[in-house]
Amino acid sequence: MSTRPSTGSTVTRVIGIAALIALALLLCAAFWWSEPDAQQGDAVRLFYLHVPVAILEYVAFIIAGVGSVMYLWKRSVFGDVMAHAAAEVGVVFCALTLITGSLWGRPTWGTYWDWGDVRLVTTLILLLLFVGYLALRQVPGDRHTRSKQAAIVALVALIDIPIINRSVEWWANRTLHQRSTLIEGKIEDINAFATFLGFLACGLVLSWFLVHRFRVAWLEREVATHGLERALSERRAEGAEV
Amino acid sequence: MSVVRLHQVVALLGDFPALAGVDLSVEAGEVVLFQGANGAGKTTLLRLCAGLVAPTAGTAEVLGHDLHEQRRAVRRRVGLVGHGSGLYGDLTVSENVAFWAGLVGAGTAEVEQALHRLEVAPRLHDVAVGRLSTGQRKRTALASVVVRRPELWLLDEPHAGLDQRGRDIVDQLIREAAAAGATVLVASHELDRVGSLHPRPVTLAGGIIREADHAS
Amino acid sequence: MLRDAGRIAAKDLRIERRSRVLTTQVLPFALIVIVLFAFALDASTDALRRFTPGLFWVTVLFAAVLSVQRIFAVEVEDGALDALRLSGVDPASIFLGKAAAIATQLVVVEVLLGLSVVVFYDAEPDDVVLAAVAGVVAAGGVAAAGSLYGALVVNLRVRDTLLPVLLLPVLAPVLIAATRAYGDAFGTSAVDGWAWLGVLGLFGVIYLLLGILTYGVLLEES
Repeated sequence: MSTRPSTGSTVTRVIGIAALIALALLLCAAFWWSEPDAQQGDAVRLFYLHVPVAILEYVAFIIAGVGSVMYLWKRSVFGDVMAHAAAEVGVVFCALTLITGSLWGRPTWGTYWDWGDVRLVTTLILLLLFVGYLALRQVPGDRHTRSKQAAIVALVALIDIPIINRSVEWWANRTLHQRSTLIEGKIEDINAFATFLGFLACGLVLSWFLVHRFRVAWLEREVATHGLERALSERRAEGAEV
Repeated sequence: MSVVRLHQVVALLGDFPALAGVDLSVEAGEVVLFQGANGAGKTTLLRLCAGLVAPTAGTAEVLGHDLHEQRRAVRRRVGLVGHGSGLYGDLTVSENVAFWAGLVGAGTAEVEQALHRLEVAPRLHDVAVGRLSTGQRKRTALASVVVRRPELWLLDEPHAGLDQRGRDIVDQLIREAAAAGATVLVASHELDRVGSLHPRPVTLAGGIIREADHAS
Repeated sequence: MLRDAGRIAAKDLRIERRSRVLTTQVLPFALIVIVLFAFALDASTDALRRFTPGLFWVTVLFAAVLSVQRIFAVEVEDGALDALRLSGVDPASIFLGKAAAIATQLVVVEVLLGLSVVVFYDAEPDDVVLAAVAGVVAAGGVAAAGSLYGALVVNLRVRDTLLPVLLLPVLAPVLIAATRAYGDAFGTSAVDGWAWLGVLGLFGVIYLLLGILTYGVLLEES
């Protein structure tokens, strides 16, 4: 370990710098290089942030799910810490998705929110489910017990998502979201480039957050373990006094 | 055969190491008396042996089962009388004992027998446990453990709250259990009482067993 | 496994009959919510009739939170949960027993609420069979999820505040599906209520399986 304790390393610094560059490029691409959309006007520029964040949020939650399975199955501490870190970053990305989506929706659809939109509602409930997860995680108590409970909550949340998605879709039966324009290939070259930059920048930011959050959580565990050793010797000394 | 075999066992309550490296070996049929100040780790040690608290470190075996992996197998074979009575206040004495008896496959006859043995007066059998006095509740709790026919008795302050007659009954229970080949671990401050049973004394302090007791 | 589950459910229902928490607290609470909705939505019976399915199910979910809290509170009052773990009963039995007891209570709540909306909201079901079947199936799903989360929080000091935060979002599909099914049954929305029953059934099956699979892990050290 270096003399200055830090969760950074060469790799994270590279990721961090790359993320900053990608974000700067994304800003240029979104605000200067790309053209306003024929129908959406300048609002389309928010799209370059919104779509990557929305998709990466699911990536984060899936990582949380995988970590939870690793913990329940093999009691993998790595999986547990990874799940916690990914869930936290996922909640941030999830909130960001809803915020950018609402801001985008206002000029484009004429409303911040629409209960009939499947993805909006599903994302909101996903956010609420993982807010509950984080609430549970910060309750003090036996670490192993808490990790197990949290892992189950994460899995239940992820299993719930498709059911919620299907029922909202069936319930509202209408959507404001456009079909994926990426796949239909209508997007022009520069817009495609901006979208790509969006994914790159957000992906880098996500990994940077994830690595740092993971290391912080890992160090917290280390501290707790060191604390345990001290607590053990204190406890034994208590016995010797009698 | 060792009924309890613990080596350097650490057990945490939250972040607090209630047991800080316990070495203990108990043979079948032994009566062991745990002594020690409040907070010495007696309750946690009994709960650990019951399979309710998992060891964090060390090797731990009870009734031939590893406490790291097979706690459920241990649980059904032990009888723990702890601080909580494990009774439902809204149910009557016989309903409570019958419920616990039913879960371990014991019948009505055994319920009657256990209540009789603890000298719970028949007029109390249909009284809600919530309305019993502390001593009567304790006797009912003991009866619900007696129906389990444990191979290992774990008694945490079994005399607390009982009258003179109740204490004698508990002593008698311990004696009979040991005579029948069961093993008994008792945590108690009532040295003179349990002393008449000639138990092996073990002193806990700071979550470990005092050196002097290892020699004996 | 099922026999032990039956014993546990019977025990919980007997405790309920003796303590009367359901009849003296949960049912009045549900009734109060029904009255509050009327205040919140103007004195317009039309509006109330139109929103009856949704209001009905929101109230059921609130009552379910209370019911779950109560069903698990009796286990921690005097260390009964430890005794339950020591009894060596299959954790799945405990899960099913608790779920059955909660479901039974919810059906009672639903019957009373059904009568209340008929009286207060002037809403009458066209399809009583659909309403009854959907009521029972939804109660099962809610109870399964409630039994799972009730055990998860039972040993936490913050259990009463954490339970609704964890449980209610999970129940979102039940609320949607049950409201739709009742929309059909009460003739307030033109949908196929029996199809929504499928969603309720699927939810119930998934949570029953989850509970059976994870209860052992949950009850272990918690």
